[in-house]
Amino acid sequence: MSVTVAYTLDDALASLSADPSAIVLAGGTDLMVAVNSGHRRAGSIVCVKRVSELRSWRHDPDAGTLRIGAAMTYSELMEDPLASFAPALAQAARTVGSPQIRNAATIGGNIGTASPAGDGLPVLSALEAVVHLASTSGRRDVAFADFAIAPKRTVLQPGELITGVTIPVLSGFQGYSKVGVRNAMVIATASACLVVDPVGRSVRLALGSVGPVILRAPEAEAIASAAIDFEANTIAPDAIRAFGDAAGAAARPIDDHRSSAAYRRRAVEVLARRLITRACPSITGEFS
Amino acid sequence: MNQIYTLRVNGEDRVVRDAWVGESLLYVLRERLGLMGSKGACEQGECGSCSVLVDDELVCGCLVLAASATGQQIVTIEGIAPVGSPSDVQQAFVDAGAVQCGFCTPGLIMATHALLDRSPEPTEYEIREELSGNVCRCTGYGRIIDAVQRVSVSRRASAEVTS
Repeated sequence: MSVTVAYTLDDALASLSADPSAIVLAGGTDLMVAVNSGHRRAGSIVCVKRVSELRSWRHDPDAGTLRIGAAMTYSELMEDPLASFAPALAQAARTVGSPQIRNAATIGGNIGTASPAGDGLPVLSALEAVVHLASTSGRRDVAFADFAIAPKRTVLQPGELITGVTIPVLSGFQGYSKVGVRNAMVIATASACLVVDPVGRSVRLALGSVGPVILRAPEAEAIASAAIDFEANTIAPDAIRAFGDAAGAAARPIDDHRSSAAYRRRAVEVLARRLITRACPSITGEFS
Repeated sequence: MNQIYTLRVNGEDRVVRDAWVGESLLYVLRERLGLMGSKGACEQGECGSCSVLVDDELVCGCLVLAASATGQQIVTIEGIAPVGSPSDVQQAFVDAGAVQCGFCTPGLIMATHALLDRSPEPTEYEIREELSGNVCRCTGYGRIIDAVQRVSVSRRASAEVTS
């Protein structure tokens, strides 16, 4: 076993090319838990958290996009200016672990670990993010929806590294909401991200912890897109119920040690209604 | 295979030999370098009792691969203040009765220093959120919050006197 600390992207990619079985270490908040418990006996480890190319971000006002380096931490995503470009990502970041965890854990690690409960992931799904990958043989981009194929399984190839993610900077409401057993240090029992794009006149809803990968709820999105008055920022109350029901119907939850399928389905119904009510704040009543 | 590497801990270069390179920073601090202040309980980032600073960021020592922290500035509870002359945060924990069994205390002291450096006058809600990664099973947290507020008040008072 050996540990290589990479400082440049070229160094990191060369190390991964030399030993494609090497494990990439970023924040360590997932990997070290497995190593400490003896569940993972690591061979070679390539540490990428100090690679400068992965520690940067860039806002492109002309394209209306934000590119976030893979080694940016949740603490950094919670703060301006990144929080103002991606408010839902900042909200999701604030629900991750504790300050200690958020200071270490990275957005790239969240994408690579590909847990259905990853807090950043419903946001990337709803924003239709693009994941950037690199290896010594070149670079490629993968739509976020195509990146994870099963719990903790992705299309990442041996020798390939997640370098960052690009999301659109949108003007409308975006929010992330999560159910867990306490307010901190908790893995999502169910989560949801709602993005309203008043320019594109679209609504996107992504669901976490209720399927093998992050799920979109296309029927719910269609209901909300048709029902929202994008000028007045209002929605008919009966559409809110239909939106929640469609979100629940899109879920594919399982019973496990954290929760039951029935509870998770109910939770995403409620989360979806809460989020759309926050998006259209003139609504008052049971969901506000 | 073992690698020899050097960590900079509390301002001193410490050479780590004969260590398995998969060891966490917490393990190396305690078992290789004899720094027993950081505590190990959950070893999965849940309890915060191993909290240390790495390049000024508060992190769980159990989730840092020690061999990856070369070239970084590591500060442990032993680096906060010399034995016998506690920091203001340590003294406030004593004065407020925020220490019972003491196991979580080093981590909470580290987290409180980080919190007050970042936000000198935190609200109670902010204190609760910022210390949410440090689990205490004795106190119920009331006296810990009291201790943090005492430091905040006394630092503001001494800043007003000197300005």
